[in-house]
Amino acid sequence: MGATAKNKHIIHGVFGDEVPMMEACKKLRASGIRIKDVFTPMPIHGLDGVIGLPRTRIAICAFIYGITGTSLATLMMWYMMVHDWPNDIGGKPTWAYYFAVPAFIPITFEATVFCAAHGMALTYFLRCWLVPGAKAKNPDPRTTDDKFLIYLELNDEQAKKAEEILKGNGAEEVNHKGSFVVEPSYVLEESH
Amino acid sequence: MHAESEIRIPLILGNKSYRNISDDIIAPIEGKAARGWYALTTLCALCFLWGIGCLAYTIGVGIGSWGSNNGVDWAWDITNFVWWIGIGHAGTLISAVLLLFRQKWRMAINRSAEAMTIFAVLCAAIFVTLHTGRPWLDYMLFPLPNQFGSLWPNFNSPLLWDVFAVSTYATVSIVFWYIGLVPDFGMIRDRVIKPWQKKMYGILSLGWGGGARHWSRFEEVSLVLAGLSTPLVFSVHSIVSFDFATSVVPGWHTTIFPPYFVSGAVFSGFAMVLTLMLVVRKIYKLEAYLTVKHIEYMNIVIIVTGSIVGVAYLTELFVAWYSGVEWEQYAFLNRATGPLAWSYWAMMTCNVISPQLFWFKKIRTSIVATFILSIVVNIGMWFERFVIIVPTLCRTYLPSTWNTYTPSFIDIGIFIGTIGMFGTFFLLFSRYFPVIAQAELKTILKASGEQQKKDAAAHAHH
Repeated sequence: MGATAKNKHIIHGVFGDEVPMMEACKKLRASGIRIKDVFTPMPIHGLDGVIGLPRTRIAICAFIYGITGTSLATLMMWYMMVHDWPNDIGGKPTWAYYFAVPAFIPITFEATVFCAAHGMALTYFLRCWLVPGAKAKNPDPRTTDDKFLIYLELNDEQAKKAEEILKGNGAEEVNHKGSFVVEPSYVLEESH
Repeated sequence: MHAESEIRIPLILGNKSYRNISDDIIAPIEGKAARGWYALTTLCALCFLWGIGCLAYTIGVGIGSWGSNNGVDWAWDITNFVWWIGIGHAGTLISAVLLLFRQKWRMAINRSAEAMTIFAVLCAAIFVTLHTGRPWLDYMLFPLPNQFGSLWPNFNSPLLWDVFAVSTYATVSIVFWYIGLVPDFGMIRDRVIKPWQKKMYGILSLGWGGGARHWSRFEEVSLVLAGLSTPLVFSVHSIVSFDFATSVVPGWHTTIFPPYFVSGAVFSGFAMVLTLMLVVRKIYKLEAYLTVKHIEYMNIVIIVTGSIVGVAYLTELFVAWYSGVEWEQYAFLNRATGPLAWSYWAMMTCNVISPQLFWFKKIRTSIVATFILSIVVNIGMWFERFVIIVPTLCRTYLPSTWNTYTPSFIDIGIFIGTIGMFGTFFLLFSRYFPVIAQAELKTILKASGEQQKKDAAAHAHH
């Protein structure tokens, strides 16, 4: 285990097309190099698998928000129409919740969708930290246009290997973006 | 990336690269606006101003300034509300339902269709807010704790369901639209040079970077939102139709209303998308992305939904006769032969006959014919709502309440005003926002680009 401070190099591998970029990602992973992130102008199918990203759990959040909405709407309508102020409107009494349940379905449904959609959208924005005034997260402005960038943070030995792989797989540029020192206590050995 | 069959017609014409797509989408934002844009915006803004005047007048003196009267208590207000909200449905249908069905051609049109949805729902909101008579009391529609002896809204009423449905629909559509816009704003932020533009798009883009984790969440969110919006869009117009169907008015109290309203909504919405798209395509020279094939696909949707609407009209007539209910029969007889019969026949011609012309390939691939017919369809759909509401209320149970209806100057002014507002917002959107979802479009370039398909074919035959 690293007892001394280590140098980490920031490397940008820039590609003009997603096919060689994917190839390079596969090769990098095969040689045990961890890919920090990949910046692309559009979603690339299968990329998360190639660079070893776990599947996002945001849909599970949406489900939880959704059933929260269902419960809130049910509680609201039960409280207002049955508990607090029961009424007989047009011969349709609300003495008990089940008396009027068909009439409650549309709003229950709408509230479910409302909470699921907005809860998930909010989670998405906050989890990705997409907020007004946030700094652009792409390290190179060309990646929102037509360039595909593999972002690596590697030690000396891995950096050399990565550079070979990137160049050998059609990277248009391999840019060293400086290096930083990692304090010994923060050094984690790359296991994969 | 997957290869696509050679016989499929390309969705992106010409030899485009990823860079070209960015260039073409950013051109209206970076460049000077065409003269036509200024002319149209001025015209729409003037109509909008006129509408604001009429709106202010209504708020000042009350809805007595409208043509609505004791018998015909719903008239242009609800006609316009249903018309606008129906138009909005195409945007959600294109972005949600077609996403679930993996229809790639939606990518060139979904952004502007979603924008159209939002602006149409805003127009609809004006009418429902105003028709309550005292719009400053509209907060009473919401279940807020209050000082009226804790009197709550009536959750049995479809009018209240509508409040929930329309507000959910409006807000979810805005969020769905904005989530899709964020990556495109990111692209614009990284491309523009002028400092104020860099700043503005920097804020709008929320710091988007396009990292792999973000894209994977983006795709998941889009898919789930599409899944949520699909039943939502069907529920909204079903609930709008409940406003009528749960009443005991002959001609309204029918179970066919929900599907009939939903298909009518999609029908008019697609027509409106076509009207706008054909203008945008011309002004911003987007012919390579909004191709004749796209127009043809949309016209096919118009044939399908138009035919459903036609069948619904005939079913209504049949059921009225078959029911043996005198009131019901009279309601339909009155629509077709009564004092406002001309509006019924305008509706029949525009909605049932005119879309059938799209069976001819020549017509459905002709831009001029499509443009004209798309407007005809929307006129027809406006008359459909008018026919459902006004002639019916002119002749209800009590002959002593029988009445006629003429819209007032203010009615017309507010309606024209909403068209102006819709046009102004849409034109501003098309000038400052990315009109095509360029990030999504880039995902289909390899499979559906014209040159890319040719290259792939040449490669395969070697």
